Amino acid sequence: MLRFILKRSLIAILTLWAISSVTFFVFFALPANPAETMCGKNCDVRTIAAIQKNLGMDKPLPKQYLDYHAGLFVGRDFERQGREAQHCPAPCLAYSFRTNEPVTSIIGRAWPVTASIVVGGAVIWLTVGISLGMFSALRRGTVFDKTAIAFSLVGASMPIYVFAILLLATFVFGLHLLPYPHFVGLLEDPVGWVKALILPWFALAFIFAAQYARLSRSQMLETLSEDYIRTARAIGLSKRTVHLKHAFRAAITPIVTIAGIDIGGALGGAVITETIFGLQGMGWYAVRAIPNLNFPVIMATVLVAAFFLVAANVIVDCLYAVIDPRVKLN
Amino acid sequence: MTTPQTAHGGAYLQVRDLRVQFSTEDGVVRAVDGVSFSVDRGQTLGIVGESGSGKSVSSLAVLGLHDPKKSRISGEILVNGRNVVGLDDNELRKLRGRDVAMIFQDPLSSLHPYYTIGKQIVAAYRIHHPNASKSLARKHAIDMLGRVGIPQPAKRIDGYPHEFSGGMRQRAMIAMALVNDPDLLIADEPTTALDVTVQAQILDLIEDLQRDFNAAVILITHDLGVVSQIADDVLVMYAGRVAEYGSAEQVLRQAQHPYTWGLLASVPSLHGDADEDLKPIKGNPPSLINVPPGCAFHPRCRYAMLNGGPCDIEVPQLLPLLATHEPGHTVACHLPERQRKSIYEQDIAAVGVAI
Ligand SMILES: Nc1ncnc2c1ncn2[C@@H]1O[C@H](COP(=O)(O)OP(=O)(O)OP(=O)(O)O)[C@@H](O)[C@H]1O
Ligand code: SF4
Ligand SMILES: [Mg+2]
Repeated sequence: MLRFILKRSLIAILTLWAISSVTFFVFFALPANPAETMCGKNCDVRTIAAIQKNLGMDKPLPKQYLDYHAGLFVGRDFERQGREAQHCPAPCLAYSFRTNEPVTSIIGRAWPVTASIVVGGAVIWLTVGISLGMFSALRRGTVFDKTAIAFSLVGASMPIYVFAILLLATFVFGLHLLPYPHFVGLLEDPVGWVKALILPWFALAFIFAAQYARLSRSQMLETLSEDYIRTARAIGLSKRTVHLKHAFRAAITPIVTIAGIDIGGALGGAVITETIFGLQGMGWYAVRAIPNLNFPVIMATVLVAAFFLVAANVIVDCLYAVIDPRVKLN
Repeated sequence: MTTPQTAHGGAYLQVRDLRVQFSTEDGVVRAVDGVSFSVDRGQTLGIVGESGSGKSVSSLAVLGLHDPKKSRISGEILVNGRNVVGLDDNELRKLRGRDVAMIFQDPLSSLHPYYTIGKQIVAAYRIHHPNASKSLARKHAIDMLGRVGIPQPAKRIDGYPHEFSGGMRQRAMIAMALVNDPDLLIADEPTTALDVTVQAQILDLIEDLQRDFNAAVILITHDLGVVSQIADDVLVMYAGRVAEYGSAEQVLRQAQHPYTWGLLASVPSLHGDADEDLKPIKGNPPSLINVPPGCAFHPRCRYAMLNGGPCDIEVPQLLPLLATHEPGHTVACHLPERQRKSIYEQDIAAVGVAI
């Protein structure tokens, strides 16, 4: 187990390094020049050069690449025109081209927002999606089943912003039950955290729940037709025991994998949900950084997203070995 | 043993005029269509027939394992004198595993992949012995694993199904089936998924255990060699109906039904001469949604309408043989008995079918 985790972590680090290299070269080698964008309309070659120097973009590309990665692990110094060099401690993600704020502090501010949205959303989508799917499989062909299928079809095809607007119109503007979604720290005000974020949770959960309902239903139906379910019935176990202990146990396994990857993916930024509700999470920053050619922020959001995806993969693999005895770690 | 159990009343399991129908999108599947048989403790009934002839459906009906919403079952299934057709699930549950146990074709897919063998046997035991402690149930399971010939049962009990070889898995499955000392064991093709050498061991095991436990056994198989080895009675099924029924001696050595002849001629192990060409039955078994009219076998039967007979119009009844002095041997075929006998002597016995 330990060897497996070590090996997978090593692979994970290599993967992250590859992702960061590719992202770096794709953006920094782009013909678009962020210095020009920042400079605005009336600007001359000298100003551009100055900005470029400030950004560290006057150096050759390989040097910039090495500096960036060195900064990640040991920190680095940024030359500043007319001022003394600015030290950026590890893990240094450089400074925002826009605000000159250290990107690490942007991430430190944005990530709790994203994490709050995803954790709450995941709890809802997993409970609603899985129970809906499992129960409709057990009640296949009934009104309940058909309603659940209809729900998941609507959920899968309705754009999230339509649903989000419906939520806002009802609970915020209509019934005045909830404040307009914003971010409240969980530790500062747990109740406020729930109130301020419950609508984004449901919006995020809505799409996923529909997907998970369909997936759970088909997994459960498949499991129910397995020979070992027939055996469990043939030894005299009650339907309840067969469904809960034998069928559910087997049907949930692949869902754990997919849930792990989905949650890992969302932790890198719940782009649509954050954008719709104006919540300044990872996705929100990523979306704003792209038209600004704010490379350090883009790089950082990509890296953080990649980190969670890769970590989710390792965790899911370990988890799989725990729930499925047939899986050997090696 | 030449007289089938039908001759005696009061057998442990008596199935009478069993019909099982499934309604599907394509139509009604008449999977079992008026089948009767019986088997007593200490006896083995072999059920043979090609794929799709309704063997498994019949046996699952004994355990009441068909979904009542999707199937229609009529007739009688008397287990120890009590009709279980239409019994509600809670009543059936008490019977399953305790009075009637079942083992299946593929022990790998029939055991839960996530639970140890021991856990599954313990569950099977405790459901019918709710007052037994876990440790007692476990002791019982270890004993049972030892009895079915699994070496080091106290260690192997904590293994998962995938850690067992095919033969050992089937032994474990048998241990699970026998842990409650059932009176009837249904083995649905228990050796089909196993190596030839292992097959013989498993059959020996079933035979031995039957003697020890004095259980009634139904053995479903494609393999007439297996049937000849351990069955007392044989039921030949075709398209959900009984083609021929009698003692193993009667059905295998004095077969009377053209379909049984076909089966016998297509089994390599039963040929006296290894070089003799096998004669598989031409064509395929019919769909049970559209069963051919009259004798369901008529499109494939060499002897159909030999006498301009009613083979394609009238369903032949399962009738006892009169001319031979063989009580209990029943056959469903329109051919007159004398003619069958002469065909058998000329065509069938001559090709070297021997057991
Ligand atoms: N639940 C079901 N719904 C619809 N049709 C079914 C169902 N179960 C079985 N059948 C059909 O009933 C027929 C008989 O099936 P059964 O499993 O009894 O065959 P079998 O004799 O056991 O064959 P095999 O040797 O392949 O196991 C088949 O045509 C099968 O497709
Ligand atoms: S009834 Fe006719 S078709 Fe059927 S087995 Fe006898 S001879 Fe063949
Ligand atoms: Mg079968």
